[in-house]
Amino acid sequence: MNFSGLIQDFGPLTITGLAQGAIIALFALGYTLVYGVLRLINFAHSEVFLLGSYACLIVWGFFGLDQNSATPSTLSVIGLLLLGLVAAIVISGITALGVELVAYRPLRKRNAPPLAFLITAIGASLFISETVGVMTQRNIKGVPPLIQPRDVFVIGNMHVTNLQILIIVLALMSMFLLDRFINRSRLGRGIRAVAQNPDSAALMGVNKGRVISLVFLLGGLMAGIAAVMYDLKIGVTRFDAGFLLGIEAFTAAVLGGIGNLRGALLGGLLLGLLQNYAASLFGTEWLHAASFVLLVLILLVRPTGLLGESLGRARA
Amino acid sequence: MSEPHIETPAEADAANARPFDRPAPEGTGTGATAPAAPGEDVLLEVDNVTLRFGGVVALNEVSFSLRKGEIFGLIGPNGAGKTTCFNAMTGVYRPTSGGIRFQGQSIVGKKKHEITRGGIARTFQNVRLFPEMTALENVMVGADAHHKTSVIAALFRLPRHHREERTGRDRSYQLLRFVGIEHRAGDVARNLSYGEQRRLEIARALATNPTLLCLDEPAAGFNPAEKADLLALIRKIRDSGVTVLLIEHDMRLVMGVTDRIVVLEFGKKIAEGTPAEVRDNPAVIAAYLGVPTDAA
Amino acid sequence: MTTEATSSPAPQTPVPGAVSAREKKNRRQDSGGVRGWFGRQNPWVRAGLMVLFAVLAFLLPYVGEIPLIGPQIVTQGIDWPSALFNMSYYVLLALGLNVVVGFAGLLDLGYVGFFAVGAYTVALLSSPDSVLRTEWGWTAAVPIGLAVAMLSGLVLGYPTLRLRGDYLAIVTLGFAEIIRIVATSTETLRGDRGFSDIPHPPGEFADGKPIFGVADAVPYYWLGLAVIILVILGVRNLDNSRVGRSWLAIREDQEAAEIMGVRTIKYKLWAFAIGAFIGGLGGVMFAGQQGFMNSQTFVLQFSILVLAGVVMGGSGNIAGAILGGALISYIPDRLRGIQDPIWHTDLFGFRFAIFGAVIIVIMIFRPQGLIPSRRRAMELKDREKEVAPIE
Repeated sequence: MNFSGLIQDFGPLTITGLAQGAIIALFALGYTLVYGVLRLINFAHSEVFLLGSYACLIVWGFFGLDQNSATPSTLSVIGLLLLGLVAAIVISGITALGVELVAYRPLRKRNAPPLAFLITAIGASLFISETVGVMTQRNIKGVPPLIQPRDVFVIGNMHVTNLQILIIVLALMSMFLLDRFINRSRLGRGIRAVAQNPDSAALMGVNKGRVISLVFLLGGLMAGIAAVMYDLKIGVTRFDAGFLLGIEAFTAAVLGGIGNLRGALLGGLLLGLLQNYAASLFGTEWLHAASFVLLVLILLVRPTGLLGESLGRARA
Repeated sequence: MSEPHIETPAEADAANARPFDRPAPEGTGTGATAPAAPGEDVLLEVDNVTLRFGGVVALNEVSFSLRKGEIFGLIGPNGAGKTTCFNAMTGVYRPTSGGIRFQGQSIVGKKKHEITRGGIARTFQNVRLFPEMTALENVMVGADAHHKTSVIAALFRLPRHHREERTGRDRSYQLLRFVGIEHRAGDVARNLSYGEQRRLEIARALATNPTLLCLDEPAAGFNPAEKADLLALIRKIRDSGVTVLLIEHDMRLVMGVTDRIVVLEFGKKIAEGTPAEVRDNPAVIAAYLGVPTDAA
Repeated sequence: MTTEATSSPAPQTPVPGAVSAREKKNRRQDSGGVRGWFGRQNPWVRAGLMVLFAVLAFLLPYVGEIPLIGPQIVTQGIDWPSALFNMSYYVLLALGLNVVVGFAGLLDLGYVGFFAVGAYTVALLSSPDSVLRTEWGWTAAVPIGLAVAMLSGLVLGYPTLRLRGDYLAIVTLGFAEIIRIVATSTETLRGDRGFSDIPHPPGEFADGKPIFGVADAVPYYWLGLAVIILVILGVRNLDNSRVGRSWLAIREDQEAAEIMGVRTIKYKLWAFAIGAFIGGLGGVMFAGQQGFMNSQTFVLQFSILVLAGVVMGGSGNIAGAILGGALISYIPDRLRGIQDPIWHTDLFGFRFAIFGAVIIVIMIFRPQGLIPSRRRAMELKDREKEVAPIE
């Protein structure tokens, strides 16, 4: 164990962890939203993210950009970023709706037991990621260097880059908007109503089917944004990227109390930090194992997560 | 709902042969009406039990005791805390304070299956059978509670295990006959009529070889003829040496069969005594008619 | 099943007009299809058919000799006996997972972890690459491997069994990933380099050649088949006893089961331990045949593939698990060496994608699987109803 390394690099690890945590948190929202309304773990959410991470690469590919391209001019970077975001959001949203349509709706009509949903979701996840795997020969795909990380300010040995700021700001903004949407809009009220009590919500005229589609869609949109930022931050993506990060996002959701939107933010940031500290302590190969171990420990000690489960009660 | 099975006298006799291989208890249900003298034949003692859920007091210092061989009624309006009391006795909830002693030993904090093995069996207010198992298998699950052999013996089909399986099956058949649904033995529980399911639950509980059988509103949803059958069955169970605790809110049913009654309202005991005493108790009348009362 | 009419006591005072238990039993099993037909046969016929199946299974390596049909059945991209051996350990895994998922209703997504534990223990004890330098024979290493696998089942099971069904699934998945990461990242387990020269099972022919060689996989297949038959007998005995009843009771209504005296934790732990033991069996067989293994052998998709097999065949049903396990191995092996027209990759690479789709289709259209359990349908239920104080 490398304690001195942890102490020495505490600043840089913290900012890296926060950026990583912001992505995880956005990703985690999808798990939390669906769980809050359906009380089901959407195992296929990782593939919603995966397809988003490829969608923006494909769009950038249209403009002839690949990992070897030079960084384009600032104006075109903004345009490309926006296009990439739109593409990822659209594809992720469609994927999320598709997953709901194929893997969830038919079972819901039959009133299948909860684990049946989990199994179909696993099937959908395996199908999507493996199809991508076959199509890409299981190779990694590089991301065009749209943003060259540059220090914006430096505190001690903590270099805060433009990319990190972009990621954190974009993530917080998306979450703020989502939070507003769920707490203020009529549709959001429907979501909260179904989360709190599906039966009486139905009696009050809330269309449950629409609410479910809506939470899948919202989760998909957030995952799309997370996917673009992931691409920019990591620089590569692969057919199993969704699965690996998905487990972390799920851990974050559980950490913050699955079904609790603000909990997802907290859980994501916390996990991002913990992972980076753990990686510094034990070596980077243990980064993923750290989140698994954490997940197991949390569930054993507090089966409902740190903040408790509730989409309705915690007011998002 | 199918017709309730009405026994022919011959059957009743055959079934009345004790279904359990346990020594007959002394002082079998003589219908004693005097309040229980402390320490004498007391089977179950609920002592000052309080149970809180957050701020809600579900049971408030409830005390009563059951004597061996009686049929004891626990009644009260809806929401009075009857089932909660039941759940505390069967290990589902742990009392916030107070003690519960069964045959002189505290059962507070014991595991559910330990309490069952110790001799308390129960049924559920809303029937909870194992729906995909046959009626016979449902009863056999109860009978398994006292079997010694387990995984290793089952894996290698040791003779001892085989013997236990056979006696378990035989006893389960007897119990199905005892409650009058032997002809449904091979049917999946889900396919039984409501009345049969209730009887099957009783058979399953009896299979655990209880000293005390707790029935949670066994007559809910029954028509008068079925209720009469059920009363006969409850008496038959008592006569076979099992003490019966009956939760019910149908006063008439309880009055007809119980030896003693405790009345709960809002988690407090408001009356205790013989059916006749309880019937004339003003607090009970008020509780049932919904008149607010400060008395008791 | 448990209601064997032959040994049930004849009702002394039959209820007038009631149907005897034996007739009832027959009527119940009259569920149509092959299974219904099989259930109606008398025990001797059934036993005879089982033996016939077993004999046919032993003859499978020669199925290629059958004119016309044979060549269609055997695999092309991989030699047929090796494909059969692959099937045998997939079937073992499916049988084991069926105990955990099908019988006890615990959704275990990390089942391959136990397979890995069994295989790694054998490798550590027997391979010259191991830091232990014990270099035991395969036979000596196997019992240890099985014991360690079983132990790992208990170690995983004990703390996790209180978790709700879907959380249990995720935690078991995490467990398998941790094992894989540990295998990849620790020096002792050698990561991608893996272990080579793991000894084969012992035994020689009269001419001094080893029975379990490198070239011919037929003996391994036969060994696997023998193990499978033993496992089937054991698992069936369990299913037909109080153990099977307890599992079913837990699956259907855990709290009611507990109140009826079933020791739920004990039986769930047994399910985990037995499942882990059978998974470990698959692992030691695999290590003994391959002679080499590394951390790439135990990808998570593998667990999900086996789950697909169990669900596809019919969760909770031994015959279903066998069929499912065989199919998840046979179909991809049969596709090996055939290229798809678009990406020109070996169709074998599609296996996970294909089974991902198969899982969805089956869960939607035939949730009880190809050979449904007598208990009907999917019993992956986790109805954790509270005994609510509804009054």
